[in-house]
Amino acid sequence: MSTALPSPLKIGLSRTRLEVKEFFREREQLIFTFLFPIIFLGIFSAVFSGTDFSGGVDAATYFTPGMIASGIFLTSFQSLSIGIAIERDQDVLKRLRGTPMSSQSYFIGKIGVVLVTSVLQFGLLLAIAGLLLGVDIPSEPEKWLNFVWIFILGTASGCVLGIAFSVVPKSGRAASAVVTPVVLLLQFISGVYFVYSSLPAWMRTVAEIFPLKWLAQGMRSVFLPDGFEVNEPGGSWQLGTGAIVLAVWLVVGLFVAQRVFRWTRRDAG
Amino acid sequence: MQTDNAVTVRGLVKRYPDKVAVDGVDLDIHHGEVFALLGPNGAGKTTTVEILEGYRHADEGEVRVLGTDPAHGGRQWRARLGIVSQTSRDEAELSVAELVHHFAGYYPNPRDPDEVIAATGLEEKRRTRTRKLSGGQRRRLDVALGVVGNPELLFLDEPTTGFDPEARRQFWTLIENLRTEGTTILLTTHYLDEAEHLADRVGVIADGRMIEVATPDTLGGRGARTARVSWLSADGMREVRTDHPTAEVARLMAEYDGEVPELQVRRPSLEDIYLELIGAVAAAPVLEGAVR
Repeated sequence: MSTALPSPLKIGLSRTRLEVKEFFREREQLIFTFLFPIIFLGIFSAVFSGTDFSGGVDAATYFTPGMIASGIFLTSFQSLSIGIAIERDQDVLKRLRGTPMSSQSYFIGKIGVVLVTSVLQFGLLLAIAGLLLGVDIPSEPEKWLNFVWIFILGTASGCVLGIAFSVVPKSGRAASAVVTPVVLLLQFISGVYFVYSSLPAWMRTVAEIFPLKWLAQGMRSVFLPDGFEVNEPGGSWQLGTGAIVLAVWLVVGLFVAQRVFRWTRRDAG
Repeated sequence: MQTDNAVTVRGLVKRYPDKVAVDGVDLDIHHGEVFALLGPNGAGKTTTVEILEGYRHADEGEVRVLGTDPAHGGRQWRARLGIVSQTSRDEAELSVAELVHHFAGYYPNPRDPDEVIAATGLEEKRRTRTRKLSGGQRRRLDVALGVVGNPELLFLDEPTTGFDPEARRQFWTLIENLRTEGTTILLTTHYLDEAEHLADRVGVIADGRMIEVATPDTLGGRGARTARVSWLSADGMREVRTDHPTAEVARLMAEYDGEVPELQVRRPSLEDIYLELIGAVAAAPVLEGAVR
């Protein structure tokens, strides 16, 4: 009986496979988390098809980075906060806690499913934007290098904040109703659905506190042509500030998530 | 606290803001036995079990489960346990086979997942997603996930609630097979026939106290099993408790010169004894050692 326990990494990868399977079987997740930005990109580029967003940028091109940012936020923050709230409410977490699976494995599984779904979602968005909507996809390596760190920082902060926020809904059933409006509101004020510079200044001030605005702006810097930054409220992409704000949210989220995460329901004593 | 028992509990106390849920419980469960914990709702059964499982922490007292304090049990310790909790509302979009195979991967020496699926009667449901299982089938999946790790000690918290009689019989066979293989089992149940059938010993807990621990056929002491002879006398129903029911019946035969009206000789069932035990607690708060 002295056989060694399976390593946390091995169990974590096995959990990733299981979580990915489950993600794509849940219709609600699939539509409202995975396909939402893709559907909206389609709608927006159709509705504003004649509009010129200055500098020859059309609607599809303007909204592609916003939808990419929004997708990252949905697959990380929204999907984790709703998913974990439901798992906690249905005692899935309690059951896992009673097995030799370590918490590291659980979070490897969660981060794994976020990475897989957000990369797939990004690929699909890019393919549809580039192939169907005629959006110019950048080829400069430095832009893609920026993309990589913005993507990683955005996903990571979305993950830890989602894990932390999962304790807010009082029940699994309430999870969607609590999380979705928060995400929707952030999307509206962060310039995902509107041209950011057209938003009132006070709204932009509020948005600047939250990570999605910086994620969207970072993605605009990658996917919009050089020189377009003069249309940004600050006249530049503000990548440095964006990196700092996202990193602060990551650190704060990590700290809070560790403190508030629990394996059992609140009423379970 | 050195002990050879699978579970040793001394002076366990757990307080909640509104009440004392467990109030000085002692408990020993030997290796290889099936121990049934009985008691009314709110008596402290689940709290006690969840402390043994490491979900809750004791306020006072000493607890050893497989030689370890559950409050500090690590992965190695958990690998030796199987836990089937009372509630289960898992509605995953995953099939029975996927879940059982996945959980087997958590353990160093798991059972064959397909054998576990068959033994829990889920063979025909192996491709069914948990969301579509009936209550009884979901409970069997809970048991399958609890035993797939090949535990030394298995916790079953009201495992057969909601089972039909046939499913319950099948479940009993499963538990008997686990016991034969040497698994120690702590079972809580509301069904006295279940405890009588499965348990080597039973403990009755009420108001957070262990009021008695005994084998099913000695629970309540000798007096509790005294035969009761009852009949319809001229002044109404009469009942006599006696160690010599045959002599009593003979006396009645002589008295009535033939048929004794509504004659009954019975020995109390485990359920009668249990109800008497917890009834005594409900009637008067148990004093130290009052029942023992």
